[in-house]
Amino acid sequence: MTTLNELYQEIILDHYRQPRGRGELEPPKITQEGFNPSCGDEVILDLRARDGRIEDIRFRGRGCSISQASASMLTEAMQGKTLDEARALIQQVLALVKGEAEGDLDTLGDIAALAGVRHFPVRVKCATLAWHALDEALEQLG
Amino acid sequence: MTTTFTLDAREIRRQFPFFQPHSEMRSVVYLDNAATTQKPYAVIEAVSNFWAHHNANVHRGGHGAGAKASELYEAARARVAQFLNAREPAEIVFTRGTTEAINLVASSWGEAFVKAGDEIIVTEMEHHANLLPWMRLAEKQGAHLKVWRITDDGRLNLDDLERLLTERTRLVAVSHISNVLGTVNPVAAICQRAHAAGALCLVDAAQSVAHLPVDVRATDCDFLAFSGHKAYGPTGIGVLYAKRALLEATPPYHVGGGMVQIVRWDRLVWAEPPAKFEAGTPPIGEAVGLHAALDFIDAIGRDAIERYERELTAYALERLQEVPDLRLHGPIPDRAGIFAFSLGEIHPHDIATVLDTRDVAIRSGLHCAHPLGERLGGATARASLAIYNDTQHIDALIDALHEARRIFGRV
Repeated sequence: MTTLNELYQEIILDHYRQPRGRGELEPPKITQEGFNPSCGDEVILDLRARDGRIEDIRFRGRGCSISQASASMLTEAMQGKTLDEARALIQQVLALVKGEAEGDLDTLGDIAALAGVRHFPVRVKCATLAWHALDEALEQLG
Repeated sequence: MTTTFTLDAREIRRQFPFFQPHSEMRSVVYLDNAATTQKPYAVIEAVSNFWAHHNANVHRGGHGAGAKASELYEAARARVAQFLNAREPAEIVFTRGTTEAINLVASSWGEAFVKAGDEIIVTEMEHHANLLPWMRLAEKQGAHLKVWRITDDGRLNLDDLERLLTERTRLVAVSHISNVLGTVNPVAAICQRAHAAGALCLVDAAQSVAHLPVDVRATDCDFLAFSGHKAYGPTGIGVLYAKRALLEATPPYHVGGGMVQIVRWDRLVWAEPPAKFEAGTPPIGEAVGLHAALDFIDAIGRDAIERYERELTAYALERLQEVPDLRLHGPIPDRAGIFAFSLGEIHPHDIATVLDTRDVAIRSGLHCAHPLGERLGGATARASLAIYNDTQHIDALIDALHEARRIFGRV
C-alpha cells in the first residue's frame, strides 16, 4: 500500500462521504469548537454527559477529508464511553497519528485507519482537531 | 497549445542550488512562490561572504570592519532606492519584512495622524499584513475602517472607491497584486483618487516587486512595503518606502540604539530618517543579500520577467481550465501568476497532500486573508509562479490534479 493510499483508505473516505454523528444536540449540552486558522478546518462538538458517561455526542464543521472523517469516527467511538475511557482513547489516538502508538490497534476499529496520517506530518493537525476539541470539552466538565 | 516563450527557465534554474542534481529538492515542482521564492547562488554567496569576511556592526565601531559593514548596508539601501525609483536612499527604511513595515506605518504614522472619526479604506482582498494593523489602529483611535469590496471576478472598481472616499479618509491601503486572486490592481489610479480626496495611499508590493516593474514615483504612492524573501532574497529583511516629508513628520517606531541624536535626562532628539526608524542592530547580512537579489532580478530584467510570466500565466490558465470541476478565482485572463482554485468538492488540503506525494508543492488554506476566504467560500488551493517555472511544471500540476480527482472521484 502506498503512503497515499494508506492515508486515504476507503474507511476514511467513507466517513468523509457519509459522516456519522453529524448534527447538533438540544440543550443541556457542552459545545466546543476546534479551528485551524491556517487551513480553515473547523469542527464543532456538541456533547451531553450524564453519570460520568458520554450520553450523546454530535459534530458539525467543514474541512478536509481527514479532519471531517476523524470527527465522524470520534462521535461513533465516544457514544456511551465513561469520561475516563474517553480521555484514554483521546491519548491513544493522538499517539496513533503521530506514529507513537503501542500495542494492539484492533481494539480501535475504524479509528485505526487514521494511522496512515503518521506519514504526513502536515496533516496531523487535521486528524487531531476533533480529538483536541473533545479534550477541551471534557475539561469543561471538570 | 503553441506558445513561444521569450525566456528559457532552464537557464534561470541553473542559478539556483535548489534545482541542481545534487539537491534533495531537485525533483520538487515548486509552485509556492507567493509564500517564498527560492534563492539564487548569488544571494546565498553574498550573504555568506558578508558573514565570513565583513561581519561587523554598522555605524558604530571605530574600526575598518565597521566602516565596511556600514558601506555595504548603505549600498543596499541605495540599491533599493534605485530599484524602486525613489528620490533618495533616505526614503528607504529597512524592516524585517512587509508585515513590520506596515505595522510601523500603522503604529507611528497612524497613531499620530489618524484621529477619532477619521476613516481608513482597506480592500476586501488584503492579506492580514495589510489588514490587521489597520483594524487595530481603527479600534485604538476610534476611527472607521471601510472595506472596498471586490467584484465577483476579483477586481477593484474605481467607482466604488470614489463612493467610499470622504474628507475624513486618511489612508487607502491596497495590495499591488493579490496574494490569492492574482489581481494586478491599478495602484497609480488608486493613489491619484486617494490624493484627490486628500488621503494618502499605502501599497503592499509583497507580491509584485519580483514580478513586474515597480516605480514609486510613477505610482506616486506615499508608502510602499515589500519583503526580501518573496523576491529571491533572504528572510528577515523588508523595505518600507515612504516620501521623505512623511518620514520626517512621523514619530519613531521602536526606540533604542542607533535612532537617536541626543539623549539627556531632560531632552531627546531623534535621528534623521531613515535611521530614526531603525532602532537596534539592523539585519545587515540580510540587507546585503537583498542587494544581490535585486541585482539578480535586474540582470534578467523586470520587463523580461513580466513578459515571460505573462506567457506562462496564459499557458497555466488554459491548462487549468481543461481540468473538469476546477473553479479558478480571480480575473481571467488579465492577472499575475497566482492561481487560487477549488476542485469539485475535494478539500484544498487533500489536493495539496495528493500533489505533495507527486512532488508538486502548492499551498492550501486561507492564505492569511480570512475575510477574502469567507467571500470565496472557504479554503482554496493555490499555485504561484516565479521566473524559474516553466510549462513542464504546469503540466506536472495538471497531471497531479487529475490524480486527485481519481482518488476522490466519488466525493
